[in-house]
Amino acid sequence: MSVIPLEHILILASILFVIGFVGVIVRKNTLYILMSLEVMLNAVGVAFIGAGSVWQQADGQVMFILILTLAAAEVAVGLALLLQMQTRFKSLDIDLLSKLKG
Amino acid sequence: MNVLSPLQWMFYLAALLAIVASLKVITGKNSVHSLLYLVVSLLAVAVCFYLMGAPFAAGLEVIVYAGAILVLFVFAIMMFGLGKDETLNAPKITSFRVWIGPSVIAALLLAQLVYVIDSPDIQDKLTSNVINAKQVGALLYGPYLLAVEIASFLLLAGLIAGYHFAKPTGYHDNNNSGGW
Amino acid sequence: MDESMTTLILTLLPLYPLVSFLLLISLATRLSWTVAASISVGAMVLSALSSMLVINQLSVDTPIITSQLWTWFTLSPSEEINISFYLDALSAVMIGVVTGVGLLIHIFAAAYMKEDENFTRFMAYMNLFIVAMLLLVLADNLVLLYLGWEGVGLCSFLLIGFWYQEKANVLAARKAFIVTRVGDTAMAIGLFMLFKETGLLTIADINQSANISWNVGDTQPYWIALLLLGGAVGKSAQLPLQTWLPDAMAGPTPVSALIHAATMVTAGVYLIARMHGVFLLAPEVMGYVAWVGALTLLLAGGAALVQTDIKRVLAYSTMSQIGYMMLSLGAGAFSAGVFHLMTHAFFKALLFLTAGAIILALHHQQNLYKMGGLLKRLPFEASLFTIGLVCLMALPGSSGFFSKEAIIGQLWSSETAGPTLWWCAIAGALLTSIYSCRLFFLAFLGSSRFSVPLQSSSSKLLQLSLLVLAILSVFGGLLANLLDINLAPVFAKAAIIDTSTQPDWLHTVAIATPFIGIVYAWIYYANYRVSNHKTLVESHSVLTRFCQQGLGFDCLYHYLLVKPYCLLAKFNRRDIFDQLIMLNAWYVTLCHDIFVSSQHGKLRWYAAAIGLVTLLFLLILNIDGFGSEASL
Repeated sequence: MSVIPLEHILILASILFVIGFVGVIVRKNTLYILMSLEVMLNAVGVAFIGAGSVWQQADGQVMFILILTLAAAEVAVGLALLLQMQTRFKSLDIDLLSKLKG
Repeated sequence: MNVLSPLQWMFYLAALLAIVASLKVITGKNSVHSLLYLVVSLLAVAVCFYLMGAPFAAGLEVIVYAGAILVLFVFAIMMFGLGKDETLNAPKITSFRVWIGPSVIAALLLAQLVYVIDSPDIQDKLTSNVINAKQVGALLYGPYLLAVEIASFLLLAGLIAGYHFAKPTGYHDNNNSGGW
Repeated sequence: MDESMTTLILTLLPLYPLVSFLLLISLATRLSWTVAASISVGAMVLSALSSMLVINQLSVDTPIITSQLWTWFTLSPSEEINISFYLDALSAVMIGVVTGVGLLIHIFAAAYMKEDENFTRFMAYMNLFIVAMLLLVLADNLVLLYLGWEGVGLCSFLLIGFWYQEKANVLAARKAFIVTRVGDTAMAIGLFMLFKETGLLTIADINQSANISWNVGDTQPYWIALLLLGGAVGKSAQLPLQTWLPDAMAGPTPVSALIHAATMVTAGVYLIARMHGVFLLAPEVMGYVAWVGALTLLLAGGAALVQTDIKRVLAYSTMSQIGYMMLSLGAGAFSAGVFHLMTHAFFKALLFLTAGAIILALHHQQNLYKMGGLLKRLPFEASLFTIGLVCLMALPGSSGFFSKEAIIGQLWSSETAGPTLWWCAIAGALLTSIYSCRLFFLAFLGSSRFSVPLQSSSSKLLQLSLLVLAILSVFGGLLANLLDINLAPVFAKAAIIDTSTQPDWLHTVAIATPFIGIVYAWIYYANYRVSNHKTLVESHSVLTRFCQQGLGFDCLYHYLLVKPYCLLAKFNRRDIFDQLIMLNAWYVTLCHDIFVSSQHGKLRWYAAAIGLVTLLFLLILNIDGFGSEASL
């Protein structure tokens, strides 16, 4: 039994998640969006580890490791795309990437 | 529950630091500064992990997340070559105001770390409910083996995609069909 | 051979060309000539062998072989439409002709089309045609027959327009398709009526129960027979739907031989023979059939007299020969008509293929006025062509003689025909011999009027198929008795025409007629025969031109039907029903415009939307889940 109540851990995770999400929505700079995504992924990690420690199961940490892997791959691809964007548009404004509009 | 134990104090403090640092990340104007705050935020979360009884995850958080992934960020930002607007936005006196925020929070975290390791009370409470790396490893290479394989595929895909997209001759060279 | 074996062979009979078609059409140009030719011809060899085997199994004891594959669909509780084959003497004659002549023409085509880049596609279509034709003749019900019927029409379209880069060919293909479609529509309506009146579509049942449910002269069989006649007229290129056949000569020569002479155009004849149970109940329609045949016979003969294109002469002669068959069916002489169908298939295939060989030798020169003197230059082809012409003229001893005499001999005393039509048939025979002689003189006698060096075909395949066809043409008449005996049970209900009361001079006249024609042509076309000129002047009189253009039917239809229809179509371009449908489209566009505004491509808004919706779901779930959570 962990000393810290699960509710508080989950609240922390939610706050971090929402901060990250707000960052994704409000920032126009793609680099900041990527960083906000990291914050969001991290928040999910907090939730998993917290749950794992409350129930004394290692699964939570396993999930965290998987999330870590995901984050690493995502950052690699995301940053590479960012470099492309920089060479093509000379800008990192995400709103420039609106060619997909109907 | 009315009286908070030192461990809980430590946890809430680390959580607060993580939240503050995250807020600074998304509100920052200079990308390098934001990145520094992100590192701090991750470190704070690592402290939380440690206090939750997951030292292995805390270590990974520091080594892989704050250590490796964010260094990737730094490299990428260096490759962009800071634009004019960014340099203008950067404060003229780069010495003090840039590192004061992160370093204050980092110092707080350091203090916490030292205190936690030093305090026998907290150590006692922690050792009772720690999930160590051995348990995680046994689970990871037991029931979750398939997930590990898939994760390795994901990393490989990330590697290939990163290499493919980041090739410098993407746009101007017509012979190269790389890019998106 | 036991019964199940026979059934199996019958079942597989149309399958070989189908498999070959699928192979060729899917592998297309990847196949070399050798492979493609051996696949398609091999399939035909298998088909021909199996048809010979199953025909051999037919006897007095087993007059019918059936093979039911599966139920296609169920129309009413009592009537199931099956995919099943029905072989009796009549369809046996047809599959014999289709696979036999088809095989020879395939062999010829493999050699003839060797240089064509789309050779594989050509052979594939030829195979598909054989499949459709076999379905048509083997069908045990009218729906399956109709499937084959339409399949034949489709293949005809594909093959006439085979060289689709040339506009004339495409137009000819379109014309053939549309004109035959007119007949097909009539036939489809006929089938609907038939089903409505009898509830039956299985051919054998209809023929059996027709005179139970109706009396001779009732209105229902009258209309049904008339509508079926419409279909037959369209497919067999009889008046008034005959205009497509001469134009269909635009296709490659083997196509003309296979489709427009030997097999497909006889489908109409087959249909009437097959449905004789209905036709016999409508003597008026039988009369119409006879008159349609007679008129086509005369008009086509007249048009054939003045054509300059060798293939068009043969096309018109096909029309007139099918006129004979129709005349014979209309007179009630069914087996004579079917017999003529068979012999005609032999000699007309021979004529067309030889013409193809000649055209090939002359570097695709089809104009008769630019031939001449070929008897000495191409002796092999010329002698085979002569054999074909002799059969066409029905000179004594040839196969055409037996079949045509069988028809003419029964016309005089037939109830539905009579002396008038007899005289028509005689006049037709006279015309036939005259235009045949003209063709012969122009092409083979006189001096050479072409400037190109002859390119004699040395292909053994080509010569082999021609030789076999020639032998069939000469000796096909020997099958007369065999055919008569076997076909008699099929047409048991047709009244036997009593020929004993006929005057004696009828036969003499009938036999003498072709010779009169030859003598007349010998004198009248003397300058074609002995011409020493390098060029011949074509006649340009009004009458000649009128006959050349198919007796004005094309012109008439153009102004009477095509033009007004096009005008109507143009006038009603934005027709009112279209507008109603466009309302639908407008509505869809409106919705599209509304939703497209949400597709602005701004990633951050998409993310926000995802967040919002997630929140909404969480809310909904929570409203639902609060109570249960509290109880935990």
